[in-house]
Amino acid sequence: MNRVEGRDKVTGRARYAYEYPAEDVAYAYAVQSPIAHGRIRSIDASEALATPGVLAVLSSADPPALGSRDDAELALFQTHEVAYHGQIVAAVVATTSETAREAAQYAVRIEYDAEPHHVRLRTDHCGLYRPDKVNPAFPTDTEQGDVAAGLARAAVTIDATYTTPTEHNNPMEPHASMAVWEENGDLTLFDSIQGASDDRDTIASVLGLPPERVRVISPHVGGGFGSKGTTRPNAILAALAARAVGRPVKIALTRQQMFDVTGYRTPTIQRVRLGADAAGRLTAITHDVVEQSSTIKEFAEQTATPTRVMYAAPARRTTHRLVRLHVPTPAWMRAPGEAPGMWALESAMDELAIAAGIDPIELRVLNEPAVEPESGLPFSSRNLVACLREGARRFGWANRDPEPGIRLEGRWLTGTGVAASTYPARRRPSRASAAVEDGDFVIRIAAADIGTGARTVLTGIAAQTLGSPAERVRVEIGDSALPRASLAGGSMGTASWGSAVVRACEALLKNGAEGTADTTEDVESDSGFARHAFGAQFAEVRVDIDTGEVRVPRLLGVFAAGRVLDEKLGRSQFIGGMTMGLGMALMEETVVDERSGAFLNHDLAQYHIATCADVRDIEAVWIEEEDPHLNPMGAKGIGEIGIVGTAAAIANAVYHATGRRIRDLPITPPKLLG
Amino acid sequence: MAEITLQVNGAQRSVSADTRTSLLDLLREHLDLTGTKKGCDHGQCGACTVLIDGRRANSCLALAVAWDGAEITTVEGLGDGAEPHPLQTAFMDFDAFQCGYCTPGQLCSAAGMLAEGGPSAVTADLTGDPPLTAEEIRERMNGNLCRCGAYVNIVAAIEDVSR
Repeated sequence: MNRVEGRDKVTGRARYAYEYPAEDVAYAYAVQSPIAHGRIRSIDASEALATPGVLAVLSSADPPALGSRDDAELALFQTHEVAYHGQIVAAVVATTSETAREAAQYAVRIEYDAEPHHVRLRTDHCGLYRPDKVNPAFPTDTEQGDVAAGLARAAVTIDATYTTPTEHNNPMEPHASMAVWEENGDLTLFDSIQGASDDRDTIASVLGLPPERVRVISPHVGGGFGSKGTTRPNAILAALAARAVGRPVKIALTRQQMFDVTGYRTPTIQRVRLGADAAGRLTAITHDVVEQSSTIKEFAEQTATPTRVMYAAPARRTTHRLVRLHVPTPAWMRAPGEAPGMWALESAMDELAIAAGIDPIELRVLNEPAVEPESGLPFSSRNLVACLREGARRFGWANRDPEPGIRLEGRWLTGTGVAASTYPARRRPSRASAAVEDGDFVIRIAAADIGTGARTVLTGIAAQTLGSPAERVRVEIGDSALPRASLAGGSMGTASWGSAVVRACEALLKNGAEGTADTTEDVESDSGFARHAFGAQFAEVRVDIDTGEVRVPRLLGVFAAGRVLDEKLGRSQFIGGMTMGLGMALMEETVVDERSGAFLNHDLAQYHIATCADVRDIEAVWIEEEDPHLNPMGAKGIGEIGIVGTAAAIANAVYHATGRRIRDLPITPPKLLG
Repeated sequence: MAEITLQVNGAQRSVSADTRTSLLDLLREHLDLTGTKKGCDHGQCGACTVLIDGRRANSCLALAVAWDGAEITTVEGLGDGAEPHPLQTAFMDFDAFQCGYCTPGQLCSAAGMLAEGGPSAVTADLTGDPPLTAEEIRERMNGNLCRCGAYVNIVAAIEDVSR
């Protein structure tokens, strides 16, 4: 169905965090560190404070009182130490945004004692270590069987290293907050956030307030892709600034500031080794990952975890090693773990297929496991093979000549490639209420719609459960005052919130007037199955033989993700993920300047995402799956799987077109011409 | 400070604003027309696209004081009163947006683009007005970024309206 908030979004009525009116509002602007490592020697704010319109300057010269400093990215102005280039070290609050920005840039004098910094990820870094777990709580390493023996007895082996660069989420709406302290000391915060309940708790904890004294409002969020999954410094800064000046305060990070303080995808260096017998059956798989975090907080991406799920092999190993650099803390970006991990694994599978002389689809079918390889759990449902077969039929794979570098059309070498996708299907506890008000059904849940269509899908779920037309159902989300809900992340939104909405609606039907639900017990009893969505992605590419330019005339994704609850919105989610995957394959890369420690290309003219002219024919379809082991809707999350495998499918097609295997993302012309 | 008078969505609006104020900030901060979005403030994303005297422009790159007297159409003024513009209806029907943050810019850009005509960088025959194919739409809408990846549906929606 059409999005229920669609009219508000196309007419400009939908307000995002920064856009709420407030009496007497002031504006904050952050001052950032120009050094990557060291210490603030002195701060002189006198010139800023003398500027007409400036109300306050916040900095570590006068550390504001906080309730918790546990998260060093949020404990603003508590220390003189600098951990990375671009870290927020001060802020100016003024009556206009222009004055705040001018004073922050030119009238706050900070002197630093710089120390040497290290910002480049290397496999031989002396600081490499084994984290206790990887995001969010997976084992760091796993090993089964005798890997050395498995590789030794293999007829064909692949041993290759694949890398991914720093990538930035770059939602279109810059992270923004407006803080309003009420007369009774309560805080209302309008925030661009993927989960109002968790945000409220974090903000309350950092500020030292009981959670019930804080309310987070976020009905519309302009994308996030993970960067708005956790509280960001803008929220804390708005609250501290508003407390300091006794007025509501707004802050919107600039696009450039977002690169430094709202998270990013860690660069990865991934070594994959595969061994297979003469028939193509895997004898061993290893996936060893090196990645980074900051010096002030550990984030260990779960990059090798999809390798624990994908293919059968008697011997297998996955490892993650981290190094702490003078960089901002990496965080979630659409399909953390799966997106970079499957780029490596699915590139390696293509290399193995070529080395073994087996069709890449048949190689994957041959190594299809009966149960989840490492856990031994049965899959609640797994239809990777059906996706591959259906995709092959639709894409026209049957007559493909595997020979690389032989199809020249004018100046363009053409080729096709395939890769598999996967993403976990999980859910988290949530609460919801359902009531009859003025003859309509009203559903309340602190869910978030960051563009996924959550409001619309929950409306559909409630309408179906209640046996009511959707027009008579109103869903209220995006407010921490509503029943507590999990965040929009990990492709868990619909599964988590939908479960609570179904139960609340069922309770309403029993009771007649009102129903409430808390799915904690239901979710905690989820066990006994490995739950994952799967998919197959097909790419057709054209590579200019003179310039190395890669075009992607066609992408096809076939997914198996339980029941797709809304065809129109579901297709948009898959296609949106694949479009971001196209960017990951061909253009997305944040360049780190080793001299200054800064992200160099920190804007949308230099950090390239896929644009309208880059996207040609992208189609997504799905196989209907009946899976009774998931949730009342039978749905698996679909927000992230679309980006998983796209880059490998494109890289594999580039190899087919040119005979050049690119193992370093993104696949830019110099790499093809070099 | 400067006195700036604009015709905004058919109504005359006069504002006293800092001379550094962009047209985008004037609309958002002074006139509470928050439908026009700030995505980059550098003319790189197109989220702030409005029509200035009927032509599409990045309002973040326009100093408000320089456009004193101009006629501005924002997403709030695209439709005819309560009746949405055909592009707005098509965007809803084709699901041409997800988070909605680039949408006002896409809509104003599309409205401006449909009135433009003439050849583009992908036009083979540079004489006369080329038919508005999907290829032409993709090229002409290329300045409006969408991170949710709704381009396929955006092009379909605009194609539908242009028929």
